[in-house]
Amino acid sequence: MSFLDKYSHGLIANPGNDLSNSMALHGRHIKPQILDGINGENWHLEDYVKRGGYEALRKILTTGLSQEDVIAEIKASGLRGRGGAGFPTGLKWSFMPRTFPGQKYLVCNSDEGEPGTFKDRDILRFNPHAVIEGMAIGAYAMGISVGYNYIHGEVFEIYKRFEEALEEARKAGFLGDNILGSSFSFQLHAHHGYGAYICGEETALLESLEGKKGQPRFKPPFPASFGLYGKPSTINNTETFAAVPWIIRNGGQQYLEVGKPNNGGTKLFSITGDVERPGTYEIPLGTPFATLLELAGGMRNGRKLKAVIPGGSSAPVLPADIMMDCTMDYDSIAKAGSMLGSGAVTVMDESRCMVKSLLRLSYFYFEESCGQCTPCREGTGWLYRIVNRIENGQGRPEDLDMLDTVAGNIMGRTICALGDAAAMPVRGFLKHYRDEFAHHIEHKQCVVPHYL
Amino acid sequence: MVELTIDGKPVSVPEGSMVMHAAQELGVYVPHFCYHKKLSIAASCRMCLVEVEKAPKALPACATPVTQGMVVHTCSAKAVAAQKAVMEFLLINHPLDCPICDQGGECQLQDLSVGYGQSESRYQEEKRVVFHKDVGPLISAEEMARCIHCTRCVRFGQEVGGIMELGMVGRGEHAEITTFVGHSINSELSGNMIDVCPVGALTSKPFRYTARTWELARRRSVSPHDSVGSNLVVQVKGDNVMRVVPFENEEVNECWITDKDRWSYEGLNSEDRLQTPMIKGDDNVWREASWNDALTAAAQALGRINETQGIGQIGALATEYSTVEELALLGRLVRGLGSEHIDFRLRQNDAGFETALNGVPWLGMPIAELNNLDRVLVVGSTLRKDHPLFAQRLRQAAKHGTQIVLIDSFGDNPLFPVAARITVAPSQLAATLAQLGRALVAQEGAQADATDPVQKAAAILASGSNSAVLLGNTAVSAPDASNIAAYAQAVANGINGKLGFLTAGANTVGGYLAGAVAKENGMNLPKMLQNPLKAFIVLHAEPKLDCDNGVKAQEMLANAFSIALTPFKSAAQDWARIMLPVAPFTETSGTFVNAEGRAQSFKGVVAGKGQSRPGWKVLRVLGNILKLSDFEDETSETIRDAVLQNGYVARLGNKVVTDPQVPAVAPVGLERVADVPVYRTDAMVRRAESLQLSPASVVPRVRMNAQTIASLELANGIQVKVKSASGEVILELEQDDTLANNTVRISHAFEQTAALGSAFAQLTVERV
Repeated sequence: MSFLDKYSHGLIANPGNDLSNSMALHGRHIKPQILDGINGENWHLEDYVKRGGYEALRKILTTGLSQEDVIAEIKASGLRGRGGAGFPTGLKWSFMPRTFPGQKYLVCNSDEGEPGTFKDRDILRFNPHAVIEGMAIGAYAMGISVGYNYIHGEVFEIYKRFEEALEEARKAGFLGDNILGSSFSFQLHAHHGYGAYICGEETALLESLEGKKGQPRFKPPFPASFGLYGKPSTINNTETFAAVPWIIRNGGQQYLEVGKPNNGGTKLFSITGDVERPGTYEIPLGTPFATLLELAGGMRNGRKLKAVIPGGSSAPVLPADIMMDCTMDYDSIAKAGSMLGSGAVTVMDESRCMVKSLLRLSYFYFEESCGQCTPCREGTGWLYRIVNRIENGQGRPEDLDMLDTVAGNIMGRTICALGDAAAMPVRGFLKHYRDEFAHHIEHKQCVVPHYL
Repeated sequence: MVELTIDGKPVSVPEGSMVMHAAQELGVYVPHFCYHKKLSIAASCRMCLVEVEKAPKALPACATPVTQGMVVHTCSAKAVAAQKAVMEFLLINHPLDCPICDQGGECQLQDLSVGYGQSESRYQEEKRVVFHKDVGPLISAEEMARCIHCTRCVRFGQEVGGIMELGMVGRGEHAEITTFVGHSINSELSGNMIDVCPVGALTSKPFRYTARTWELARRRSVSPHDSVGSNLVVQVKGDNVMRVVPFENEEVNECWITDKDRWSYEGLNSEDRLQTPMIKGDDNVWREASWNDALTAAAQALGRINETQGIGQIGALATEYSTVEELALLGRLVRGLGSEHIDFRLRQNDAGFETALNGVPWLGMPIAELNNLDRVLVVGSTLRKDHPLFAQRLRQAAKHGTQIVLIDSFGDNPLFPVAARITVAPSQLAATLAQLGRALVAQEGAQADATDPVQKAAAILASGSNSAVLLGNTAVSAPDASNIAAYAQAVANGINGKLGFLTAGANTVGGYLAGAVAKENGMNLPKMLQNPLKAFIVLHAEPKLDCDNGVKAQEMLANAFSIALTPFKSAAQDWARIMLPVAPFTETSGTFVNAEGRAQSFKGVVAGKGQSRPGWKVLRVLGNILKLSDFEDETSETIRDAVLQNGYVARLGNKVVTDPQVPAVAPVGLERVADVPVYRTDAMVRRAESLQLSPASVVPRVRMNAQTIASLELANGIQVKVKSASGEVILELEQDDTLANNTVRISHAFEQTAALGSAFAQLTVERV
């Protein structure tokens, strides 16, 4: 057993032969689309085909659905990018210069590095062909002949499995030249990163894919005009591609109806923290947070919910009362002052110190800043050091305002969104838990009693 | 054109311009660090954030394309808030060591912090510590904590220098600028990284801690080191040159200079400077003399030679970096003495070269035109080392699709994409050009055979619309230079291109114009070596290292009565009878005519060292003492004007008037391939200590390709004895597979290899 196999997540889908303990195969999804009928073993091509896989691709290629039809269908579905920004996918696809004669690229962003996020891992692990099919459909719609899937470096076995799945798809004629006898050809390759969080940023990912140091590019130009190797490129999240076959099979309208207006379809949420059953949960967008919490087995040991980070570590934290009123969709969470992001829900109970929690996040961004542009390179370290001092009883009264202004000085002034991602949690924690920080500074200790 | 408004002022700039360009057009200064007009845009320092109406965030002026009707505010509250925030971030980890920083007083960060920084830092945490790096003898990277990660140096290396010797490793706060593990910076353009560095992270090692910028007087000059004629700002403290930096001239050197231009000033202050005239007694002992005595002695000796040996026994030799004025007076002097024997191209082997052309060999086009060529053939040049800034221009051209073909004997990497390359023995340059010419004729309409290198080169060259054939230093100094030029002319005609000479020295073109070459009855150096004269006047030269066959030339001078006009003692003490201390370029006024025929005059920037005097004045007084006519000039300007007035440009001409001869067949045996390494080209740079520490100046090795080594039953790394007709040396053997078969590369212009004589010698190599 290799080092990586031993110490990374492994592929044991049902620990202790009890699927209800599994992180993804527990069966507590609501109207699942991507994880429907998954049991951990049936990821191979033949199983996928039995579940109706590659029907969508076949439908497109045999019934002569035009590129415009496919994009219109995706637009109608209300599918929004699942990587974090929530940009409408159909719109993004329509930006691609379809008639551009040169090489174009399709890239799948599976560099899932946000702390608390592991949905793409589970998709690639248990249903890789959905991503392959979704990419093939996207490639068809945008007239692209070459695609890459950039897979997070820490989940090496996922990369290996995806390579296996690719081989199956190539053998079955779903990838390669003249797919299903049509004139459409699409070559798809897998590529794994080496574990830098910043490579999940789409332009840094492109740089990394080109073999360079993973540093974001300044935009404009956007990847749709100047992407991989300088060619027009479209980059979507793994889950976005995985959602596409269902939409084509069942129609955009039906997909939209699964969720809420402007928030179509289901979404995978990775729930971690103080819940009984952390794991991946696929639920329609617009499902109340309370329902999701229930699916996850409720609060661990029945403790009281204190705060939730609803969309990955860069999303501002929301206190329990605000969160319990939210439904899990882009608009509701945004209205509450945070963001749905990648769907990584970090649940914190009353035993959690907010200063320490922020410290962990600030440390992450401090370590993961690429160092290219000034505000992020210098500012993330500053933020981390201040929070570190406060946590360790060396805070000063002026630190609170300073944290806020330093975070504000980073925001909106960096090349990529990592600067904002580092600043937003700081401002979020300060906004809702300023008292706890003040307590730390004044009393040199935590507001959370030791016995908790 | 796109119209926009910046700070209320309307401006229109070409489409695709950035806001920064538009601001510059208006003369509005936007603070910046990473932006540099000659480098790609990084947009990473964020200092140039400006407010653009309708944009939610402040945008970087350097990377925001202009749009029609855009309204930009560079100093609105929002813009200034962003700039101040960025400045605070830049300063939190920057050491407060301005008082001891070499950049202090000329630091962009220091300057801008006055406008955008706070008087007191809010940052109370520990500052970042960045380990220092040793990157070689020229650039100091001792205080890398000062680095603000603008990556200008990295981009300079990648884009201008052509080699990425610095890079940024690590992430976030741990990101550091460094070389590859343990490597030093060896680019011949590396010093420009110091100039582009906006802070004191990269500083000049030789200059370090010797002066503050505000103590230095700045005076303009022109580089004597290569045919570009780079414009310089020489910075002076008292009577000492402390530093040399570029003076921007877009048509000549842009904003760059080579490391040779930058650091050879160290040679000016060398211990070896000759400070008083000296006369060698009959006892072979050098004694100091007054100018009066020395000049009188020189004049008497020359008169005596004319009397006892007859007219025409005096020769004059100079270097290609002597000024127009010096060369003009040297010509006048020797001709006034009734002799026509003069030469200044000391590496020339082809006695018939100057009569093979219809004019003065020159680049054949403006230097800036190099950027616009679309097909270029460079023959016999170590382009990157001989002409670093020409190579730089071709590098930029190659980025925009120019295809460059090389025919040479070296196989050096020019650090730009080479479309085709043929590496042959020096004796085969003419033959290769002949083949290329034939291929061009044969190919018209036919399909080229891509596997044949000559046909491939021909196909590439024939496809251009603005092409040139450029002859390098090796091609011109070859024994069959006229023939190479004749065949090159044929190739140039075949591709409808220009023929140009890169020219070896700062004043090669000027030397021809000034009449420093022999006319019909006179002898040039190759002929003088065949028929030694009785007396020589030698200007600036260090014959052993400056002449093609240095040993033979020095022997010739030692056997005659030789008068040396030299700035350096050791350059002349072994062969001269009288040494007169003359000024290097920093201590005299003068003029250089560069490769493109541009005459650039300069003034002395410091007083003469010791008793040294400008060469033109020494020659003028010598002429007076000899009672020669036409030695009445009061200023260098009148001498220059006598040479350059009346449209000297018309005298430039590269047309080869001789017909090509059947090229020589390759001789049996081993041929020497000799480059003049970049920091060994002239007496001044050879005395610049820091440059001599660089890898380009280490003791040369004997280089041969694997096949040649095997055929001689030698082995890589062993000591070998190399013999030529002139002598022998023992050096280490190194395998170099870029060389042609049966060629042996041994650098020229080193003491250690001088015994071998000519750069084109036949050699034998054996085990020691």
